[in-house]
Amino acid sequence: MKILVCISKTPDTTAKIAFTDNNTKFVQEGIQWIINPYDEWYALVRAIELKEKDPSTVIHLVNVGGVDTEPIIRKALALGGDEAIRVNADSQDSFYVAAQIAEIAKQGGYDLLFTGKETIDYNGSSIGGMVAELLDQPYVSLATKFELNGTTATIEREIEGGEETCEVNLPVVVSCQKGMAEQRIPNMKGIMGARSKPMKIVEPVAVDVLTSITSFELPPAKSGVKLVDPENVGELVRLLHEEAKVF
Amino acid sequence: MSVLIFIDAAEGHVKKSSFEALTYGAQLAKQLNTSAEAVLLGTVADDIAALGKYGVTKIHQVANETLNHVDAQVYAKAIADVATASGATIIILSHNLTGKAVAPRLSARLKAGLVAGAVGLPDTSNARPDDPVGRGFVVKKGVFSSKAFAYISVSTPIKILSISPNSFQTIAGDGIAEVVTANITVDAPKVKVTATNKVTGDVPLSEAELVVSGGRGLKGPENWGMIEELAKLLGASTACSRPVADAHWRPHHEHVGQTGGTIAPNLYIAIGISGAIQHLAGVNRSKVIVVINKDPEAPFFKAADYGIVGDVFDVVPKMIQEVKKLKGIA
Repeated sequence: MKILVCISKTPDTTAKIAFTDNNTKFVQEGIQWIINPYDEWYALVRAIELKEKDPSTVIHLVNVGGVDTEPIIRKALALGGDEAIRVNADSQDSFYVAAQIAEIAKQGGYDLLFTGKETIDYNGSSIGGMVAELLDQPYVSLATKFELNGTTATIEREIEGGEETCEVNLPVVVSCQKGMAEQRIPNMKGIMGARSKPMKIVEPVAVDVLTSITSFELPPAKSGVKLVDPENVGELVRLLHEEAKVF
Repeated sequence: MSVLIFIDAAEGHVKKSSFEALTYGAQLAKQLNTSAEAVLLGTVADDIAALGKYGVTKIHQVANETLNHVDAQVYAKAIADVATASGATIIILSHNLTGKAVAPRLSARLKAGLVAGAVGLPDTSNARPDDPVGRGFVVKKGVFSSKAFAYISVSTPIKILSISPNSFQTIAGDGIAEVVTANITVDAPKVKVTATNKVTGDVPLSEAELVVSGGRGLKGPENWGMIEELAKLLGASTACSRPVADAHWRPHHEHVGQTGGTIAPNLYIAIGISGAIQHLAGVNRSKVIVVINKDPEAPFFKAADYGIVGDVFDVVPKMIQEVKKLKGIA
């Protein structure tokens, strides 16, 4: 069993978001970079659990990013995973990243490809579906549970208005979310071992860029909260009804 | 050149998010001086010709029962085939769970630039007259988990936009759409669905216009009666914060926040929720936010429009009484 886990670098969930250069550049000063939580907590940890069950499993990590993403790749290797592949390119748009990952996947012949359900920076939920299409493989999005039985996967996933259980023969691309696994903290052995795990650096393939960001914008600041006396709850209901007109 | 809107249906009914997508697509078609058409995969009980009231003139239906279940691979091919046959250059979907599964595949299949989670109509004012949608097609979407917006330029001949639910007002007129059968081949799905578990009854949280949400301040699941009562009176859906879902006080699907669902209702009432940045990421596109919390320092008050600093066990029952009064319920 060979699993490819996609790892993206994102700002920490508590990061203060600001822009510079006429709102065209994200301010990186003071930003703590982390592994995208969905990639780490759910996709990677579930892959590690599968390897714990079947030690013959091989886990590769793939990241599309510059040399500055190596610390988070090492952290992912410290959690688990046998080797990492860094495609040496700055992400252009989702399709660019997906096409690089698809290329790695084609060469590696993986049985299973895991992504997080979305990245917490661009929130596109796009990589998994795009990679699946480029590989002509089935795609199970928003998975909450994943079990393997030989070469058949049984997956629970979230769909519009509920959940479903499905079965699919490998290979398959799965996007992972809460429920798949529980967050882990790397231990000392993992951290030490990660230093000697192979990290392969490959150059990107040529891919057309389909979209580009022209500028950013912060949401308008709230004008301030209107506080109502707890002894006068009727006033709140009146304001919601007459001023905000929400019911 | 035309705009093609994907109509998402579940359990035999067209979803509310599709009315928004239809309205959006029709407005965009008007802006670009072209026609708006739609595609429906599978069969529904609803009168689909009546969807013409949202401004679409033609609906391509693929009435194949295989399609009554969403499979990303099968759907992407079917929508792509209808788009190609009808000459569509812009494809609109809802950025709901179906859209998140299907739109990226469609994008890769057609090599069409995708804006996932658009929150407004494209700015086409910089388009050149000889190439009306080839350039200068810029769409706003939420990024950094609703902490910011980005303007995305789409440079491909075919463009795909998925619309963030509840971000676009539905406009209904009185048109009737022509329903035509689309003759395309439908693949057999590779993913076999063995069980479905639909959340019955209420409006799905992502589509709810009013939401009443509870946090740790409620102290335990036994205290949710007043949350449910208030929600029921208002016709609202119920939601909760992460610690509440993690403690299994409430079902997982009610969890809103960075790691749960993202919602943008007209009204979000947060009861006993402090408002950690991760929670705000899931709800801060709500149009009106009301915070009820006994801690005046709770960060949620900074993001709120209205607030009451007070004990939730005192304030919420009073609020229920006041809403009953307003609605004329004794």
